[in-house]
Amino acid sequence: MSLIDVEKVEKYYGDNHILKGVDFSINAGQVKAIMGPSGSGKSTLLRLIALLEPVHSGKILFNGELIAGNADGSRAKPESEKVLALRRRGIGMVFQKFNLFPHLSAVENVMCALTTVQGVDKKDAREQSIHMLERVGLGDRTTFFPSELSGGQQQRVAIARALVLAPQLMLFDEPTSALDPELVREVLKVMEKLAEDGMTMLVVTHEVGFARRVANEVLMFDQGEIVEALPPDQFFTNPGHERTKKFLEHVQ
Amino acid sequence: MDFESDLFFEVLVSDAFIKGAAISLSLATLSQLLAIFFGFFLATFRLGKNPVLKSFAGVYIWLFRAIPALLLLLIVWNALPQLIPSLRQEWYSPFLAALLALSLLEGAYMAEILRSAIMSVDDGQALAARALGMTPRQVMRKVIIPQLTRIAIPPTANEYIGMIKYTSLASVISLQELLTRAGNGVSATFRFVEYYAAALIYYLVIVSVLMVLQSRLEKRYAWISTVKKSEKVSK
Repeated sequence: MSLIDVEKVEKYYGDNHILKGVDFSINAGQVKAIMGPSGSGKSTLLRLIALLEPVHSGKILFNGELIAGNADGSRAKPESEKVLALRRRGIGMVFQKFNLFPHLSAVENVMCALTTVQGVDKKDAREQSIHMLERVGLGDRTTFFPSELSGGQQQRVAIARALVLAPQLMLFDEPTSALDPELVREVLKVMEKLAEDGMTMLVVTHEVGFARRVANEVLMFDQGEIVEALPPDQFFTNPGHERTKKFLEHVQ
Repeated sequence: MDFESDLFFEVLVSDAFIKGAAISLSLATLSQLLAIFFGFFLATFRLGKNPVLKSFAGVYIWLFRAIPALLLLLIVWNALPQLIPSLRQEWYSPFLAALLALSLLEGAYMAEILRSAIMSVDDGQALAARALGMTPRQVMRKVIIPQLTRIAIPPTANEYIGMIKYTSLASVISLQELLTRAGNGVSATFRFVEYYAAALIYYLVIVSVLMVLQSRLEKRYAWISTVKKSEKVSK
């Protein structure tokens, strides 16, 4: 059974038609990569799945349960933030610009949602958070503040912060695009390890090597729609669509 | 030179002056705290989506930035009891009237300071907090307020220092604050220099202490690890 189903999702910003009927699903344990030019609606799609923005129409199912849109896919009313906050549990998100909380140390960043959202007591939360930071290779940086960490380290803290809530699905929105080239590897390594451990992931990325090694399927996204979806071998060597070929000329 | 230093020192440590300074300081502190409280809600109203609250905040800020402080003090102390008979009571003291006037007035300024502080917190912060499952209230408390505090400390300290001096306006409604006490002394003795100098000393000391507190507070919001802090000290 699929963990997440996105069905005929449409999104407008004013008159701008950002997503034009997006359809796909991810099975538990699968990794899907999304590629495509900037402004094509990739980030918007991730934000809709993370329930950070309402869908215009269409629906999103998580574990077979409707989490966004109406059951019949008709025009949807935005839900209240309180309801959404509950529904977001189970889905973790990592952003291009890390978005760590600058007033909290690494371990406090990771703990924050455990204590405030899940009500875990402080001592427990700290232990779990330190353990999670060790998992992303930052066991020696727990007391550092974001301003004292490199971009790669910050992004790994952000990954730990999402993982500590034990999500079933991880969304990555260009997680390495804001990093200096030499820092990209350490973040990708953490993500590869996560995929090996069986995490279900949806990753917007331009890292061809990563997509080849880790993804079960690569989706080509352009102008608000999925142009094609292929296994990575085929996607990178023999894509079917003109737009994919054109795009790959730029990245590879 | 005509300066009686004995009188000056006597005035400086007099009960009247110490009490006057205490009234000035407590009036300023309470007014500023109330203003921060009002200002925070006004700022969130102005940034929020509710059109009624939004325009209420807009009108409030417009009105209280337009009224001269002196006029508002006179309105609150003299005009308000004329309109509301229940205020013609013992409990409606000059202190209360001054607190009301100054906090209402300052609330408008704090609203603007806090609005700009909230706006300067990166949008990605709320986004990340929401993605972690925080409710709007938790986002505000755990993520936005600590960050806007750091931004708002210097301008708020500025306002607080200004407020210390604003309290001297309350001498027009016969509040026995520092400047009123100096005025009392002057009218009894015609020794301008000694009394005014003593008042000046009080203002200088109070403001100096506040500036030290401000820099301490700013250090607390430096957001660097304690290891690094101690490294900086040892250097």
